[in-house]
Amino acid sequence: MAAIDVELKNVVKEFTARNREGITRAVDNVSLQIHQGEFFALLGPSGCGKTTTLRMIAGFEDSTAGEILIRGKAVQHVPPFHRPVNTVFQDYALFPHMTVLKNVMFGLEMEGVPRREAEQRAREALQLVRLPNVEDRKPRQLSGGQQQRVALARALVKRPVVLLLDEPLGALDLKLRQALQYELKAMQKSLGITFIFVTHDQEEAMTMADRIAVMDQGKVLQVGTPDEIYESPNSKFVADFIGETNFVQAEVAGVSGEWVDVRLDENCIVKAVTGDQSVSVGQKVTLALRPEKINLFPVKGVVEYEEGSTETTEEYMRSLLKVPNMNLIRGRVRQAIYIGTDTRYIIRIPGDQDVVARVQNFGLRSDTFFDDGQEVNLYWNGENTRILLQ
Amino acid sequence: MADQAAFVSRQAARQPFEINQRQVQLDLWVRRIGKIGLLLNPVFAYFFLWAPIIVLIVFSFNAGRSVSTWEGFSTQWYQNIFSNTIAGGTEAARFTTENMLGAVRNSVIVGVGSTLLSTIIGTMVALSLVRGRFPGKKIIDSLLYLPVVIPEITQAISLAIFFKVVFDFVKLQTGLNPTTGFGTIIIGHVAFSISYVAIVVRARLADMNPRLEEAARDLGANEWRTFWRITFPLILPGVIAGALLAFTLSLDDFVITFFTSGIGTSTLPLFVYGMLKTRVPPEINAISTLMLVASTVLVAISLGLQGRNAARR
Repeated sequence: MAAIDVELKNVVKEFTARNREGITRAVDNVSLQIHQGEFFALLGPSGCGKTTTLRMIAGFEDSTAGEILIRGKAVQHVPPFHRPVNTVFQDYALFPHMTVLKNVMFGLEMEGVPRREAEQRAREALQLVRLPNVEDRKPRQLSGGQQQRVALARALVKRPVVLLLDEPLGALDLKLRQALQYELKAMQKSLGITFIFVTHDQEEAMTMADRIAVMDQGKVLQVGTPDEIYESPNSKFVADFIGETNFVQAEVAGVSGEWVDVRLDENCIVKAVTGDQSVSVGQKVTLALRPEKINLFPVKGVVEYEEGSTETTEEYMRSLLKVPNMNLIRGRVRQAIYIGTDTRYIIRIPGDQDVVARVQNFGLRSDTFFDDGQEVNLYWNGENTRILLQ
Repeated sequence: MADQAAFVSRQAARQPFEINQRQVQLDLWVRRIGKIGLLLNPVFAYFFLWAPIIVLIVFSFNAGRSVSTWEGFSTQWYQNIFSNTIAGGTEAARFTTENMLGAVRNSVIVGVGSTLLSTIIGTMVALSLVRGRFPGKKIIDSLLYLPVVIPEITQAISLAIFFKVVFDFVKLQTGLNPTTGFGTIIIGHVAFSISYVAIVVRARLADMNPRLEEAARDLGANEWRTFWRITFPLILPGVIAGALLAFTLSLDDFVITFFTSGIGTSTLPLFVYGMLKTRVPPEINAISTLMLVASTVLVAISLGLQGRNAARR
């Protein structure tokens, strides 16, 4: 395992309210280990404490309790200008009275790097972010995307141990943001610098990060790779915040190791996995099921399961039931919503609950469309049904 | 569902669309009157503002002594004040160009001195009000406007009494005999200029993105270097604007100067007032016009700097 660049041990940050009545706990007992060369995302809704956490690593805020270590050294009360970390601010915070080159040179000048070397290195940094030929312009003469690159160059030129990014793409429009996501990711890989970045955009976190810490109300709920977080959320909040999820209420009917039979109503039992949690028969639980994991086929007629190969629905059902842990239930379409790439079906399933199924539109719309009110078969693999207790 | 159905049927039952022509015409007239009013308003306002000043300027170039009948163009009053001759009257004997220029010099000494002090103190006040955290900040913040709103005569009398008390105390303790003069005038002017400087600088500071200072610290600058490399250059236009405002206020001030000046430290406004004691000599128009020009130029520069800041953001 790679060395640890940044470590947070039970970090707490409390703010006193303006009227001096009451204390808000912005960061609540957060412990994290961020490895060298890692692209790490702090993800959560606004007010979850992710920016405060970042500001404590940068040195703009002191923690109320706990310890922050950078490369093994405790940095409590060390001011930002003595920490080997640099920040890219959300609004870039470029110095408006300096040219682009002077902005990038500022950090080197503060280190006492000789002028010619500083200029040389600043130019290299601007080339790295693919922004030559704007050296003599003032920040306000640049577009948002260009300003973002200058801010990046200004921080990277210091060769920090860790680069902190506070919603770095938040102010840009969607297309530019996507392009920059790929670019930032590639740049981080080639530089090998540890990046810690804060975002409320789960897609952005999934796109760029090696690991994600999901935060809510000052607490870290789950830390993991994007697929761990997506496929095995450990709580309702994480499942709901990352992507789209159906929550289905059910009752445990039987437990065998990791596999659990859960009852939707008297006649309908499906298979689910527990993760690391222990459940007992009769317990009420919530199931999380991603809409795209659910497949649909008609109740009667034929199913085209492969290009040119068809089976009757009865044959198809029989072959599905041979697959271990396959869940197969019947529901009724309440509403079908066509959104181009796929169609969302809101389906009433046993237990009088609604789930959303997302079906990708491979063929033409008319081929596979189910109408409102139509009965359909739903199937999905039991390993995609996760039991959530929190 | 029932509500939905009721809403739909109400929609369907709605009356056909009709235009009330009378009402439309009436509203159009209201709009026209409003437009004319908006046009006339500034005309009236500026007339009140500028008419007396224009009269003053025009009659400073009058060939006759009258301040009510135009007798032709002349620059004789301007020539007079620069050549020791002032037309008739008891004041004529006392007027010399040297005296006038001495008063101008006094004004400049007081202006420069009080501007330097009030700019430094006012900027520091603005910094602590915007960036500082201390108890009672809100109260101090609202007290900042006090010198702007309290009657000048009140401030002048309080200063005069204050100096008297202090001087008596010093005399009793040390046997020295301090008197009013440049020192007291400058202190008096600083006392009211600080507020103006602080208000102008504070506005500039409040508009400044605090992330800029954080960015500087993040890049390795300590608080001292952050101030001189980032904060100060960015608030400098505000500081200059505040300083010019303070200088203008000092040059024009009469009331506070009157109560705090001593022998031989008359500023230009006091000098002009001295000339007026019995009647208005036409040279007054010339001096006043020159003072007006000087003040206007300074205020214009001050406003220009503030405006440029606004445009920059």
